[in-house]
Amino acid sequence: MSQRRPVGVPLKAEPSAELPSSERDTVLEVVRQNRELAGSLLPVLHGIQERLGWVPPRTVPLIAFELNLSRAEVHGVLSFYHYFRQKQPGEHVIYLCRAEACQAQGAAALEAHAKRKLGVDFHGTTADGRYTLEPVYCLGNCACGPSLMIDEELHALVTAAAFDELVAS
Amino acid sequence: MSTTLYIPGEATARALGAEAVVKAVSAEAARRGLELRIVRNGSRGAFWLEPLIEVQTPQGRMAYGPVRAKDIPALFAAGFLEGKPHALSLGPAADIPYLKKQERLCCARIGVIDPLDVEDYRAHGGFAGLHAALSMEPAQIVQAVTDSGLRGRGGAAFPTGIKWRTVLNAPIAADGQKYIVCNADEGDSGTFSDRLLMEGDPFCLIEGMTIAGLAVGATRGYIYLRCEYPHAHAALRTAIERAYAKGYLGKDVQGSSKHFDLEVRLGAGAYICGEETSLLESLEGRRGQVRFKPPLPAIAGLFGRPTVINNVITFASVPAVLERGAAYYRDFGMGRSRGSLPIQLAGNIARGGLVEKAFGVTLRELLYDFGGGTRTGRPIRAVQVGGPLGAYWPESKFDTPLDYEAFAQGGGMLGHGGIVVFDDTVDMSAQARYAMEFCAVESCGKCTPCRIGSTRGVEVIDRLRSGDRPALQESLLRDLCNTLTHGSLCALGGLTPFPVISALDHFPEDFSKPLAAAAVGR
Repeated sequence: MSQRRPVGVPLKAEPSAELPSSERDTVLEVVRQNRELAGSLLPVLHGIQERLGWVPPRTVPLIAFELNLSRAEVHGVLSFYHYFRQKQPGEHVIYLCRAEACQAQGAAALEAHAKRKLGVDFHGTTADGRYTLEPVYCLGNCACGPSLMIDEELHALVTAAAFDELVAS
Repeated sequence: MSTTLYIPGEATARALGAEAVVKAVSAEAARRGLELRIVRNGSRGAFWLEPLIEVQTPQGRMAYGPVRAKDIPALFAAGFLEGKPHALSLGPAADIPYLKKQERLCCARIGVIDPLDVEDYRAHGGFAGLHAALSMEPAQIVQAVTDSGLRGRGGAAFPTGIKWRTVLNAPIAADGQKYIVCNADEGDSGTFSDRLLMEGDPFCLIEGMTIAGLAVGATRGYIYLRCEYPHAHAALRTAIERAYAKGYLGKDVQGSSKHFDLEVRLGAGAYICGEETSLLESLEGRRGQVRFKPPLPAIAGLFGRPTVINNVITFASVPAVLERGAAYYRDFGMGRSRGSLPIQLAGNIARGGLVEKAFGVTLRELLYDFGGGTRTGRPIRAVQVGGPLGAYWPESKFDTPLDYEAFAQGGGMLGHGGIVVFDDTVDMSAQARYAMEFCAVESCGKCTPCRIGSTRGVEVIDRLRSGDRPALQESLLRDLCNTLTHGSLCALGGLTPFPVISALDHFPEDFSKPLAAAAVGR
């Protein structure tokens, strides 16, 4: 698809033509829905991650092209925010709270247990691809910790046994 | 006539099993051929009683809790739909001592009303403040907020009226645009009052922001919400949609020809975006890096336009000020801290939750009279007030009244009103290390003391904990903290020394304990 502009520097008029069509269509669709918003980059990245589960780095040139930003700007934002993922996650993402209120209720022990049980460190995905473990700094469930969120479901007073049950199901 | 039940749809109640309770209630009612109306209210904030079911009876709303799904058949059998006694009975919900002793000005409707029902909101005094504001001149609204003594509840405690006056009088660009921005990036550990309000009474925030728009002449507002709060996001989106449908938002607010649009934007897990200027950067679609001040956001804020940026609780406190008058609000509190503060009891606490009290209540009353001591039953050794950047205090400071100035004088910070409780098993040198580690993870990277100092801080605390020339490490740590305090661009680097130095000052024994090498640097 790459073609020369009539004059000047050779540019890819349509970047990322080699993207898998699912990613390409997702980016174009999400951009179309959010283009009119002021400061649209975060809503666009959220939209892409909501649909794909991550923001593949290979989509950055297309996002930049569509929003008339530089690739550096898009990469800068994508890599700044902890929530945006540049690696494909497991089927479910476990957000384990590490903040003080949960620490006061045994979060450090739960963290150690979770890493042992899943056999991964933070940001890692289990070998079977079922779970990705992410740290989070507060889920706002601070009187009933330790807390974790699996996908969008919050769990309170999580013991090691409760954790095992959650990942077994 | 069908009986009305209230079962919270709020995140903590859900996490404790409210969904299973709703299912069990529906199943049991179907089995008995009963028709019930289940309202998913917010949580009143007494979390150790959640899931808390309330039944509407002629004697009032009778409460039962904490209810598990397996308790449901027995509750039906005991006649709880008529408010009859059961082992889980708590009597009328409003008379639960924890709730009855509070002074709820801002959080009065949370847990009481159906959060997404405009009519229920109106029936409980909702939109009265907005209607009052619609009949006032902008300067009069600002004056009322100024007279109320309301200060920013996000933590910095800046007088709200002064901020609003600055925006009202700010020079405007050709497009005349000003903005209202709500900081709902409640990232402090130990805080959840913003979340409880957004889930339990979202129209109150919408009303407060609309009043702010009228006060300063802004026609557009944004709520910047942290993405860790999916339930609050859903509640806000629905509430905004319904507010538009009922003419409380849009081009012609309640037929006044005043214009106010509002939308929610999601953050993406960056603690620093709770800092107002990095929040604005983020809203504009950039990395959440702190801006230099001046110019203040009130002069050049979002997209360079004059912007009111306040915390959720600040905006949500405004409707009551307009409805009941500045004097009513101002008459609560002590010293220069007027009105009330929604306090959050968190961490290792027996009766954790939301306690809204007038300023002046002491830490001790909150920790013991309300909180009932630790959940583990061990003595309270330390509390951290004001989030991850707040000081760690020992028991000797528990008679400090909740007052911005009293806390500052004691070397602490009231912040957003979160209190995290630790029992005597806590290792305070580990907490100090964590404070530096957190700063390193969350630093935006713009200024050197914060970006590099935080990592050096972790290293020096590790050496101190391992007993490697402790006197030298301590003086290095104090020197480093001094640099962070005075050389950082914003409160993240500037306040990280608070938890570190307070832990060192009040709990020095934890730093000199000989530690197994394995325990260090975990």
